[in-house]
Amino acid sequence: MSTSTLTSGLRFPGHSLMHAAGRAEAATRTLRFALDRVLPPVLITAVLLGIWELLCSGDGAVLPPPTQVVSDTWELIVNPFYDYGGNDVGMAWQILASLERVAYGYVLAVIAGVSLGVLVGQSTWAMRGLDPLFQVLRTVPPLAWLPISLAGFQDSNPSAIFVIFITAIWPIIINTSVGIRNIPEDYRNVARVLRLNGAEYFHRIMLPAAAPYIFSGLRIGVGLSWLAIVAAEMLIGGVGIGFFIWDAWNASLISDIILALVYVGIVGFMLDRLVVFIGNRVTRGNEAGS
Amino acid sequence: MSAHYLTIENIDMTFNSGKVASHVLDKVNLRVDKGEYISIIGHSGCGKSTVLNIVAGLISPTSGGVILDGSEVSKPGPDRALVFQNHSLLPWLTVYENVALAVNKTLRKTMKASERHDWILHNLAMVNMTHALDKRPAEISGGMKQRVGIARALAMQPKVLLLDEPFGALDALTRAHLQDEVMRIQAELHNTVLMITHDVDEAVLLSDRIVMMTNGPSATIGEVLSIDLPRPRDRIALADDPRYNHYRQEVLRFLYEKQRKLENLSEHRAKKDEGTASEKARAS
Repeated sequence: MSTSTLTSGLRFPGHSLMHAAGRAEAATRTLRFALDRVLPPVLITAVLLGIWELLCSGDGAVLPPPTQVVSDTWELIVNPFYDYGGNDVGMAWQILASLERVAYGYVLAVIAGVSLGVLVGQSTWAMRGLDPLFQVLRTVPPLAWLPISLAGFQDSNPSAIFVIFITAIWPIIINTSVGIRNIPEDYRNVARVLRLNGAEYFHRIMLPAAAPYIFSGLRIGVGLSWLAIVAAEMLIGGVGIGFFIWDAWNASLISDIILALVYVGIVGFMLDRLVVFIGNRVTRGNEAGS
Repeated sequence: MSAHYLTIENIDMTFNSGKVASHVLDKVNLRVDKGEYISIIGHSGCGKSTVLNIVAGLISPTSGGVILDGSEVSKPGPDRALVFQNHSLLPWLTVYENVALAVNKTLRKTMKASERHDWILHNLAMVNMTHALDKRPAEISGGMKQRVGIARALAMQPKVLLLDEPFGALDALTRAHLQDEVMRIQAELHNTVLMITHDVDEAVLLSDRIVMMTNGPSATIGEVLSIDLPRPRDRIALADDPRYNHYRQEVLRFLYEKQRKLENLSEHRAKKDEGTASEKARAS
C-alpha cells in the first residue's frame, strides 16, 4: 500500500500531502542507483588496485605499485597547467595539444568521409570504382602512413594530423554509404512525390535517414583517431601526450607513464561519450537504424 | 482527348528480372470521373499495387499510359498524392513537420507562410490530430500515423488521391473508425480517389465503383461494379440493407468463384514455394 502512495506522490508533486513522500522516494532511488550502478565498478577497481599493490610491493618488483605512482606523480596531478617552456608543460597542456591535432584531423575526416560516403552510397558507379580502393587502403595501419606523410608535408604537425585523418576516414565513409544505401524506399518515394530537389533531398531525407549509421561511423572514427594520435606523437615528438609517454620511458619515469595511460583512457572514453551524446541528440526519434 | 478526368489507357507491364520476364498487367483500361471514389480489389499478387504505382508515376508501364486532367503522367508529383499502407511518415519529423514538409514544398508559390501554417493545422484538424502536433511518429499509434499520412496527402491538394491499402495494417475497430472519417472527408471535399483494397466490406462501403481484377500473371480488369447506395452511408444501417448485401455478394462471387485460385493438393506439395501455396489455399 505504501509503495503505491509513494509512486502516486511522485507523479503528482502538486499534492502537498504527497510531497514529502515523493522526496523520500527520490532519496531511496538515488541510494538504489548508487548501490546498483556505482558500487560494482568502485568495488572491482578497488580490488584490482589492491592486487596490483600487493604484486608490485615486493623488493624485486619492476613496476611501481599504485600508491607509489600517486606519490611519484603528485606534482603532475595537482599542477596540470604549469608551463616551464619547451616540452616541459603540465599534463593538461599535453592532452590539449593532442586533442587539437585530433580535432583537426577528425573534422577533416568527417567532412571528407561523409561526402565520399554519400557519393559512394548514391552512385553505383562510384561505389564500383572506389570500394576496392577503400577496402585495400583501410587495412593499412595508421603508423604506416606517417613516413609517407612526413615526406609529403616536410613537417611533423601536419603529418600527425594527416595520420588522424586517414585513420578516421574509413569507418566514416563505409558507414555513411551503408546508411545511404539503406534509406527505405518509402522515404525516397515521399521525396519523389513531393519532387524534392537534390539539396532538399540531401538535408531533408538523406542525412536524417542515414544519421544513425553515420554516427556509428563517427564513433568508431573518433576512437581510432585517439588510438592513432598517441602512437603518431611518440614518433613526431613535441608537446602531446604520446611524446610525453615516450619521453617518460626514456627518462625511466614509469609512474609518469602509468598516469599518462590513465589520462589517455579517460579522455578516449569521454570522446566516445561525446560523439554518442551528439548522435543521440541528432537522431532523436529516428528508429530507422538504432 | 477523352472527357474523363483520369484515364488509364491500355497499360501493359512486364517486369524483367534477369532472364525471367513476368507479364504482370495486360491491357488495363479504366476511366475515372472527377470526384469518383474507385476501389481496386483482387487477390494478392494480381498487380493492383502496380496499377497504383503506375498512376503515381513511381514506375513506368511497358506500354500504354495514364492521362490525368489532360496531361500525361510521366513522373511522380504532388498532384497524385499517395497514402501508403505503412504510413511512410518521416520518423525524425513531428506530426506537424511531416505535413509541413509537403505543404511548404508544394504550395510555396500559392500561399504565404501564415496561410500555409493555417492550412497545415486545418488538414490535421480534419483527421482529428491537432492534439499531437509535436509528437513524433514513433510516439503515436498506427491509426494515428495513418491519419497523419492522409492529412499529408490531402494537404497537397492532389487532383487524385491514391490509397494503397490504407487501412490494411490496422485492427478492425480502428479501421472502421478511419473508414468513417474518410467517408466524412470525402463528402466534404469530393476528391477523386483510387484505393487499393482486399477488404470486400471496405470496398462496398466506400466506393462509387469497384474495379475487380483477374488473377495474375497477365492480370487485367475483370468486372466493374457500380455501387448505387445513397450517401452518407452508415455501416450499421447498411448491414441489413439487401442492396448492400447484394453488392457484397457480387464481389465475393467474382473473387471466390470466377477468380478462385484453383490448384490441387499434389501440385501444392510439388511446389517449392510453400508459403504462397498455403496462402492461396487459405484464400480459396
